[in-house]
Amino acid sequence: MTCWETISAYAFRSLGYGQRLLPRSDFTLCQQFTLIGSGLIWNIYFGLVALVAGFFLANAIALAKTARSPWVRKPADWFIFIFRGSPLFIQFFLAYEALQMLPRAGINMLWITIETSWTTRAWAGALFVLFLNTAAYSAEIFHGALKSIPKGDLEAADAYGISGWAKFRRIQWPTMLRLAWPAYTNEAIFLFHSTTLVYFSGFPAFQQRGDALYYANYFADKTFNPFVPYPIAAGYFILLTLLLILAFGAINRRLNQHLPSNMARKIRLRPQVIR
Amino acid sequence: MFAYCADPNSLEGLAWLACYLTTGKHMGLYWSFGTVLSLLAITAPVALAFGFVGAMAARSPFLPARIIGKGYTAMVRGVPDIVFFLFFVIALDQGVEWLNHQIRCPDWTEPIRQGLEFRVCPEAKVPLGTSPQYVHQIYGFGLAVVTFSLVFGAFAANVLYGAMQAVPRAQLETAEAYGMSHGQVFRRILVPQMWVYALPGLSNLWMILIKATPLLFLLGVQDIVYWARELGGAKTSAYEYPHPDWRLYYFLFLLVFYLGFTRISEIVLDRLTARLSRGQATAAGEAMRKAGI
Repeated sequence: MTCWETISAYAFRSLGYGQRLLPRSDFTLCQQFTLIGSGLIWNIYFGLVALVAGFFLANAIALAKTARSPWVRKPADWFIFIFRGSPLFIQFFLAYEALQMLPRAGINMLWITIETSWTTRAWAGALFVLFLNTAAYSAEIFHGALKSIPKGDLEAADAYGISGWAKFRRIQWPTMLRLAWPAYTNEAIFLFHSTTLVYFSGFPAFQQRGDALYYANYFADKTFNPFVPYPIAAGYFILLTLLLILAFGAINRRLNQHLPSNMARKIRLRPQVIR
Repeated sequence: MFAYCADPNSLEGLAWLACYLTTGKHMGLYWSFGTVLSLLAITAPVALAFGFVGAMAARSPFLPARIIGKGYTAMVRGVPDIVFFLFFVIALDQGVEWLNHQIRCPDWTEPIRQGLEFRVCPEAKVPLGTSPQYVHQIYGFGLAVVTFSLVFGAFAANVLYGAMQAVPRAQLETAEAYGMSHGQVFRRILVPQMWVYALPGLSNLWMILIKATPLLFLLGVQDIVYWARELGGAKTSAYEYPHPDWRLYYFLFLLVFYLGFTRISEIVLDRLTARLSRGQATAAGEAMRKAGI
């Protein structure tokens, strides 16, 4: 099998297209590169969807955490505490077991039967956990940024007669985003890293359709040689991280474009938010 | 454990629960909390030492040491930590066996990597195939500790390197002006002052370390996750204590354990930060001075 044939057979294996059987002997470098790269599709899917959906929830929770009424503030506090205070690994296990408790036949609501079996599959169940998890971490970041908006900015808004929703939309929110962005970049990077946990934490890889680390682990188990597949997976992730930094850096520049260059916040990589 | 537990089938209610929660297997679960805590107790100082050496190397004027140090600190930035966990456990195991093989069987002619197998001479197996079960378990735990220390050492090196850079340059220059050598400046001025800058990062790292302990399960150690899965699974009436699938409750218990652990750590570390900030030339120290504490 030439390398080109391998690529056409396995490039979308993680989604269930192409060759059904995974290679069992005579492992080539090309197979390892192709399959691990194929698994990376799942990491990108989990990371991207959770990040985008989590962004909106995080904004809402950060706002709820600043609310004066304890009926709004306390639930937000607890949500953040539970998801930031416990390991993501345990959250995955817990969610999987909880989702399995849903009735097998589906829930009967009025005349419609809602299927439940799909919730225990990784694409839905694990994504849901990642979504809530990143929302909690990001909400904490956004909350910190909301608190550190310069007092003068808000006073200036008041002086101009901007208040309520307009004040939030035009003054508070953009400044919050600008202040939070470097930390949020870190959060995004480590969210993508933590997507590798999905297939090691209870969620089964249906028909051996897994993520990059799942295939890397498969090869390492079969060949007893960790020195090839894991560096390949690591290489893919370094590429992914670089792409993320590029994209987030571009947004960061846009958020800071009105400021003199020495006042712009630089993105610094800090391992502060891995779970 | 209790005398009345002799016949589980006749028990009901609380008595049943008391007996159920004190079976031998549950003792395994309770002991595994000790495993997790001892992992934390060993890993934290060792990782700190690795981090210290790494940060020192990254600052060294000697180029190869600097490259190694910088490489070590950069290692964890782009790659998921779980890749390292999975990698190091096998790589370390094979490395130890390979070294042992070179020492014990120098006249072994067959290649070590035969196709898909990693084969060393029987005497070089670590631990020996004939050794009892607990030796295997301790060896597995030891590998996990080294792996955790290596990965978290890299995180700590990041933090300590940043802290060393954060010590005001003027302090070091003053020390040099007094005629201290490089080593003296490092020992007497830099190291004592860097801790207050390192503490926020290190306390963060401690939280991350706590939350990374369930990954022991992936390294093949019988930790709390292993026991929660083992004990929680549905037990048919062939078992002494039959019950349906209770894994949800076991994991809920683990979740509460971790929440409590991180919360207590947070409180303790906050106090420590306040204690160390006293009289320091940092924002926190200045705020305390103004408040008159």
